[in-house]
Amino acid sequence: MPLLPDLSQACLPPTQPSAVRASNPGATLIDAFLSASAAGIIELLSPNAPGWGGTLLVGLLHSIEIALGATCLGLLIGTCGAYGKLYGGPVVRDLLVVYTTIVRAVPELVLILLLYYAGTDLINQALTAMGYQRVDISGLAAGIAVLGFVQGAYSTEVIRGAILAIPQGQIEAARAYGMSPGLLLRRITLPAMLPFAIPGLANLWLIATKDTALLAVVGFYELALATRQAAGVTKAYFTFFFAAGVLYLLLSLFSNLLIGRVEAWSRRGMPSLKEAR
Amino acid sequence: MTVTSAASALKYTAQDGAAEAIHVENLHKRFGELHVLKGVSLSARDGEVIAIIGGSGSGKSTLLRCINCLENPTSGIIRVNGEEIKLKADSHGHTVPADRKQIERIRSKLGMVFQNFNLWSHMTLIENVIEVPVHVLGVKRDVAIAEAEKLLARVGLAEKRDVYPAYLSGGQQQRAAIARALAINPRVMLFDEPTSALDPELVGEVLKVIGDLAREGRTMVLVTHEMKFAREVATHVVYLYNGLVEEEGPPEQIFGAPKSERLKQFIRNIG
Repeated sequence: MPLLPDLSQACLPPTQPSAVRASNPGATLIDAFLSASAAGIIELLSPNAPGWGGTLLVGLLHSIEIALGATCLGLLIGTCGAYGKLYGGPVVRDLLVVYTTIVRAVPELVLILLLYYAGTDLINQALTAMGYQRVDISGLAAGIAVLGFVQGAYSTEVIRGAILAIPQGQIEAARAYGMSPGLLLRRITLPAMLPFAIPGLANLWLIATKDTALLAVVGFYELALATRQAAGVTKAYFTFFFAAGVLYLLLSLFSNLLIGRVEAWSRRGMPSLKEAR
Repeated sequence: MTVTSAASALKYTAQDGAAEAIHVENLHKRFGELHVLKGVSLSARDGEVIAIIGGSGSGKSTLLRCINCLENPTSGIIRVNGEEIKLKADSHGHTVPADRKQIERIRSKLGMVFQNFNLWSHMTLIENVIEVPVHVLGVKRDVAIAEAEKLLARVGLAEKRDVYPAYLSGGQQQRAAIARALAINPRVMLFDEPTSALDPELVGEVLKVIGDLAREGRTMVLVTHEMKFAREVATHVVYLYNGLVEEEGPPEQIFGAPKSERLKQFIRNIG
C-alpha cells in the first residue's frame, strides 16, 4: 500500500497547531496528511536529482516523439491507402482490404509484439542471408514503424470517408481544367477533405499518444515505463501514476487546443453550423 | 455532321472560313446497356456560339462532357483546335484517353462552366480564379491576380474577391465560375446548363454575362433550357433527340420554322 508511509508521517505532531487538533481530530489527520505528503510529493516529482520528475518528462518526450512519428507515418500510409482503395486497380484494392482488415482485427498489443520481435528478426535474417551484418534496430524507429503501421490502417478508412464526402463536382472541375492527378491531390482533394477528416484523425492522434504506453511491453522507454520505474523504486505508486495521468491529460488538452485551431482553419470556406440552425 | 448541316453552318456563320475550334464526328457513348449518344456530329468555328437544346435524357450534357473527356466517348472522333484526342481501349474494354498529357493540355484550353458551379470551397473567389493559371498554366502569381481582379470586376464581383463561395448566392457563384473559366483565356467556353440550378430571379444576371461574352465573339458551346436566350445569342442551334441530332440550323430557322414534328412539339412544350 503506497499510502501507508505517508499516513504514519502525518501523525507526527509538529505539523499542526494544537488548538485545531484538539477541536477536530479527523480533520487534523487529513490536513496533516495532505501538507506533509505535499512536501514529499513535490520532492518526489522534482525534476532534479533526488526527484523522479525528470525521468517522467523524458518518458513523456519519448511518448510524444513516437506518437508524432507514428501519426505522420500513419497519415502517409492512410492517404496512399485511401487513394488506392478509391481509385486503384483490383489488385491494389484487394491488398489494401487485407491490410486494413487484419490490422484492425488483431489486438494492438499482439500486433506490437508480433511486428516488433518478428519484424526485427525478419529484417536481421534477411540481412544475414544477403551477407550483411545484423543491425540493432533502435527502439524509437521500431516503435514509430509499428504504431505507424497500425495507425495507417485506421487513417486509410478515415481519409477514404473524407474524400468521399467532398462534393465530387469540385474534383470534376479540377479535372476539367487540366489538373494532373498529383496537382489535383495536393491542391484540391487534400485541402477539401481535411474538414471531414479532422475529427477522425484527431481521435487517432489522441489514441496514438496513449498507445505509446503499449510499447512499454517491448521495453521502449516512454512515459508508462518511466512511471513504473519511478514508482517501483520509491514505492510511491499512487503519486507517480497520478502524475503520469495528469501528463497524459495535459497532452490531450494541449492537442485539443491545436486541433481546434487546425479544424477552424480547414473549415474556413464553410459557414458555421450555428448560422444554419 | 451531315452534309446539309455542314452547309448550313457555313452559310449562317459570320466567320466563314474561320478555323474550326471543335469538331465532333460520329460520337457514340454507352453507359453499360444505355446508348446515350448514337452517332452525333458537331462543329464549332471560331466566333460561333453553338446552342445544344433537347429534352431531358436526350444526351446534350453527355455530348458536352465528351468534348473535354469528362465522359470518355465509346467511339467517334473529337478534335479540339485541329488536334484529335487520342483514345484507346483499357483492359475492361472502356475507351479512355491514350495520352494523359495531351488530354490535360486540351482541357486547359476549354473553359468549362458547370450547372452546379463547382467552385473550390476552400478557396476565396480570387484564389479560385487564379488557381488554374498559376498551377496549371504557369502564370506568375501577381500577373494572375491582376488579371483575375479585372475578370471579377467584369462579372460584377470585384468587392467579393476575398469571400468564400459558400457565402455567395447561386448567381454570384456562377458568375465567379465564369470568371474562373475566362482566366485561362479559353479557346472555347463550354457551358453545361449554367442557369438550371439557379433561382429564377438570379438567372438574368448570369445570362447577361454569358450574352456579353457571346456578343464579343467568344467561341462557345452552350447546353441550355433557356430557349429565348439561345435564340438571342446562338449562331447555330442543335436539337438533340434520343441521342441523335434531330434538327439543326440557325436560330431563326430552328425556333421560327422548325421542320421536325418532335422539335415543333418540344418548342411548344417549352415555350
